[in-house]
Formats: sequence, structure tokens, C-alpha cells
Amino acid sequence: MGSVPSTYSGTTDLLTLLVLLTEFAMLRAPLLRSQIRLYAFQSLVVTVLAIVVAASRHVPDLYALAAVTFVLKVVLVPGLVLRLMRKADTDLAGSSVLGVASMILIAILVSVFGFVTITTLHLHSDVLPTPTLAISVAIVLVAFVLIILRQDVVSQAVGFFSLENGVDVASLVVAAGLPLLVDVAFLFDLLVAVVVFGVIMRVHHGRSNTLSTHDMDRLRG
Amino acid sequence: MTASSVLVAIVIVPFVVSVATFFLPVRMSKPLTVVTGIAIFALSAALVPRVLRAPIRVGGTLQADALSVVFLVATAFLYATTAIFAAGYLHLEAGRSGARYGRLFYSGINLFCWAMVVAPVVNGIALLWVAIEITTVVSALLVAIDDTEAASEAAWKYVLLASLGLGIALLATIVMYYAGTATFGPAYNLSYAKLLAGAHHFPPAAVRLAFVLAVLGFGTKMGLVPVHTWLPDAHSEAPTPVSALLSAALLAICFYAILRFYQITERAVGSTYPRDVLLVFGVASLLLAALYLLRQRDVKRLLAYSSVEHMGILAIGMSFGVQLATIGVLLHVLSHAAAKGTAFFGSGSIVRKFGTKDMRRIRGGVGVLPWSGPLMVAAILALSAMPPFGIFRSEFLIVSGGLSDPHDAGAAILVVLVTIAFFGLSWFTSQTMLSPDPRPGGAPDQVVGAPDQVVGAPDQVVVTRGEPSVWIVVAMVIGLGALLVLGVHLPSQLSQLLDQAARELGGPR
Repeated sequence: MGSVPSTYSGTTDLLTLLVLLTEFAMLRAPLLRSQIRLYAFQSLVVTVLAIVVAASRHVPDLYALAAVTFVLKVVLVPGLVLRLMRKADTDLAGSSVLGVASMILIAILVSVFGFVTITTLHLHSDVLPTPTLAISVAIVLVAFVLIILRQDVVSQAVGFFSLENGVDVASLVVAAGLPLLVDVAFLFDLLVAVVVFGVIMRVHHGRSNTLSTHDMDRLRG
Repeated sequence: MTASSVLVAIVIVPFVVSVATFFLPVRMSKPLTVVTGIAIFALSAALVPRVLRAPIRVGGTLQADALSVVFLVATAFLYATTAIFAAGYLHLEAGRSGARYGRLFYSGINLFCWAMVVAPVVNGIALLWVAIEITTVVSALLVAIDDTEAASEAAWKYVLLASLGLGIALLATIVMYYAGTATFGPAYNLSYAKLLAGAHHFPPAAVRLAFVLAVLGFGTKMGLVPVHTWLPDAHSEAPTPVSALLSAALLAICFYAILRFYQITERAVGSTYPRDVLLVFGVASLLLAALYLLRQRDVKRLLAYSSVEHMGILAIGMSFGVQLATIGVLLHVLSHAAAKGTAFFGSGSIVRKFGTKDMRRIRGGVGVLPWSGPLMVAAILALSAMPPFGIFRSEFLIVSGGLSDPHDAGAAILVVLVTIAFFGLSWFTSQTMLSPDPRPGGAPDQVVGAPDQVVGAPDQVVVTRGEPSVWIVVAMVIGLGALLVLGVHLPSQLSQLLDQAARELGGPR
């Protein structure tokens, strides 16, 4: 295989950037529902990315992955979480430690840090685009900011889901030859997170009537 | 049986049993799981002499070298003993909910053990990641199985942190893959043989990044400080057989994953860098765990912090980079598995008897529990590295290895912190197990207040002298027996296995 066509790396860079921007949008979304919708949109972008990579790099496995991604991450997981929230009829606004502006500022700093770190490694590859790896590391780091700074179960869940999207982007573009099994196994993790999320909603929310993690401090020390 | 068919059996049988136990009633699942556990242990032990001759490969997916078999034997041992322990520990409510709990429990335990025995025998870092991912998926559900508020809180922290850790570990795998593309082209398989053969051509910066990400990611599941925070919660709230498996087997498997990255990194950039990384994480873990051990009130949390301590010892032992210390580390994996398993079985017996995990309400354990009480004391002493048990021998090897370099302060730090941990553990032993019998004159039975959330426990627990179950005692006796064997006289094949595994880790010298 020769060098990658520039339209290909242009398209993948554009799509990964879109994933990163959605991550920022999640950070500022005040309503938990809009966070979940943004996650569904982000997953849709990842699906498109999978199809683009499958078509231009001739990896037919990735079509299957795109299909599973769409069903699971665009439809099933957001649908289930929204349903659980509707049942619980809970407070719809998330809670955060900092104001929106400071959160975005931190997220920008963190993603610049991720970008610079990867770039200073001076990884050169004739066949695979390095900027995408840097962007996906930035996505992962911003997901951590989301998890740390917003203190409710839904934001934590969405933070983890979107971190999974970030790692997915990296594996799609940088390591398309990685066995399909790896990506599928990670999708299972999402489902289990949703199941445990359901248990939390039932057991925990039933008692405290809030989704804030402030009450989850029984276990310490 | 040929070596390959043994390996294939190890990979297939527990999965089939897991599916079967989902449909079978509990009275059949119990013996089936015990028999499977013992069979898998026997098969794993049968691999020891064969793997000493040459690594075993089955197709492109399965492979076992000496390093794999060390971890396989440790896990299979826990599979067998935990199955025996669970047969005595599990008390199910009558009716449908009890039957459902039993089916989910046994199916989950077998699936969990399946994923853990598969992890060391798959070929390549991608499949290894998949196996460890499956352990998370299954064990998170097992932690939540009791359906209490505390259990759901613990399960949430576990699933979130472990998944985030595995996300980082997957990133490590991807970066390592990326590092290899310069040598192997854009599509290749990540088998160990291939990675090790090509490692010295990999770009060093990428390999270093991959190693740090791997230590951080798999370290989250292994319980390295500062990414250990899920561990005490999950260990204390899970059903005790699950705690035993988490603590004694799963943490070691995640250490195995780090060792595989260590092997590749060592060939690519030399051993100084990965050793330094492990030293930092190891000292942090040992320090924090030793201090937390001094202030625990919950038996199972105490044992959980003891696991963090021992994982710290493993990391520090690897950081010495001496053959002797590496052999010690691998022996420590085996002896920690036996000791921690036994201690958790003992805690299960205590929880069943006293109806609480709170150490302030547990008194006179040795008097109340005629067999498992003294066995528990022995297990705790074994965990604090008392001779003649296996951990004494392994820590001795690690420290001797560390002292061989007089400028290295690691061994001194290790000795000091292990001593602090010893105080924490002996405080527990003297307060709860060796304290006077709560029943004055040995007569009327003491009534302890409402127990913590123990499934199926009555509101008031009357403490009478006697064992909750003979199966618990059997499991503990087997565990301590193994610790004695490891400590007093290592079988020659096992010792050869450890030598060979240490050589594999150290690279061709």
C-alpha cells in the first residue's frame, strides 16, 4: 500500500475534529437530555468515519463495525438512558463544580496539552495519519474533564461513552488492522455500563431522588 | 493428551460450564463448578512440564510460555478453591428469587473465571485486552448482584473507573500497534512473537508512551495508586467469593498484561525506563496501602488494601530489574493468590458467623470459629510475610534481589513499608480473632446487633461456637497447604518454571 490519498486524510481529520467539537458541546450542554442527544450525534459521526475508513482502506470488517456502532451507540444506548431518565422523572439539569466558561477553558488547555504531547513524539508514518491520533487523545482528555467536573451519574456515563468514541476514532484511523473483536468487546462494556446505570437509577435514585454523585459517599476510607 | 489439546480444553470448558450453569438448578451447578475448577487446575498444572520444553502455540490465537503458565496456574488454583468455598458460603433464599440469584451467580462466576484463564493464554496484546475487558464486564455485574445501595454504588465506581482504565489500556495497545506500523506496514497481527522480534526497530517515543498508558490503564484494574479508588469498595461490597477472585486472581492478571508491555518496552528502549515507571507506581501503592491498613474497620476493606500493598510489592520487585527479584515477583504472584484467597475465605466465614464486616463487632474469632478462626490467623500471618509461608520466601527473594544493588533505595523502602502494613494486619488479628471469647464462661450465646447488608442474614445474629460450613474450612486448608508448599519446599518443576519465566521477562541475556 502506498501513501494515503490526501482526500482520505482530509476527510478523517474533519470527522475526528467534529467528534472533538461535539465533546466540547457536551461539556457546555446544561440539560442532561441534550447531553445524551449530543452523544448520539457524536456516535453518528463515528459511524460515518467507520464507513469512510472501510471504503478507502478496503477493510470490509469495518462495515460490520459501522452497523453495530449505529445500532448500539446511536439508537440503543441513548434510547435506554433517556428512557431510564424519563421513568425516574428526575431533575434535568446537570450539576457542575465550575462555571461553563472555566470548564471550556480547562478543556481547551487539556486538549492542547494532548495535541502537543502527541506531536512532540515525532511519530512519522507514511501510511497512517498522525494528527488523528493527537485529536483522539484530546477527545479522551476532554472526556475526563467532563467526568471530573460534572457531578451527576448521567454526565459520568456520557463522559465514559464519549471517551469510548475517542478511543474508537483512534483505533479506526490509526489501527484499522486491529482485530474487530477489540472494538466489539468495548461495545459490550457500554451495555454493561447501561445495566449498572439502570441499577443505580432504581436502587439509589429511589431513595435519594437525585442523580448527583454527592450522595454516593457511603463507601470511603 | 497433547499440549495443544490441553490448552484448547482450558479455553473451552469453563465457557461451556458457564452456559450450562445458567440453565441448571443450583444444586447441580455447585458440584459442576467445583469439578470444573479442579479439572482446570489439573490441566494447567499439566502444562508446566510441557511449557518448560517449548512454548505451546495453537493457531494464531493461543500461546503459552512459562510466563503465561505461572499466571494460569495461579488463576486456576483460585478457580478451584473459590468454587469449593462458594459451595459452603452461598446461602440462598427459598423460592424463585433465590434460584435466580443462584443461577446468575454460578453462571457469572464461571464466566469470570473463564475470562481470567483465557487472558494469559491468548497470543497478542489485542486479544489480551479483549479478555481483560470481558473480566470487567462480568465482574461488574457480579459486584452489583446483591442489589443493595452500597453494592450499586460500588459497582458504579468499578464499572466507570475500570472501563476508563481499559479505555486508556486500549489506547496503549493502539499506540503500540502504531509504533509497529513503521516496521510491519499498516496491517499486521499483534502476536507476542512478532512484537518481540520487531521491538528494537520501534520508535522509542511511541513505545514509551504506550508503556505509560498501559501501566496507567491496566494499573487501574490492578489497583495501583492513584488509580485504585474503586478497589476497596468493590472488594467489600461484592459477594465474598467474587471478592476473593477479584483480589487474588484478577489483579494478578492485570499485572500480567503490564508485564507483556514491559517485555516489549524492554526490548525497544532498554529496561531503565519501564523499571522507573513501575518503581513510582509501586512505591505510591505500597505507601498508601500501608497507611490505610492501619485505620480499617471493615474486614474486607482491610484485605482489599492488603491487595493494593502486594500489587505495590510486585511493581517494586519488577523495578529492581534483577533476575533474583523477578523470580521473587513471580513466586509472589502465586503465593499472594493462595494467601489472599484463603484470607477472603476466612472473612467469608467471619461474615457468615457474626453477620457483620465491622471489626469492632467481631470478637473472639478463634474461640467462636474452631477451625476457620485459627486458619484465618495463619492466612493473615502469611499475608504479612511470616515464615514458613510462600509470601515470606517471595518477599525474601525480592528484597535480596533489591539489595544486590547497594545504591538502590527501593529495597529499604520496601522493608519499611511492609513493616507498617504488618502492624495494620496484626492489629486486626489481635482485636478480632485473638481477643477474649465474647461469651462469658463460654456459655450463653452473645447476641450481636443488626448486621450490615449481608444477603439473607437475619436481623439478630446469635453467635454460637461452630463452623458455618465445612466447605469453607476445606477451601482454607487447601490454600494454606499450597502456601506451605510454596514456602517450605518448592517443587523442582515449579522452580524451573519461575526461572524460565523470569528469563523470558528479562530478555535474552
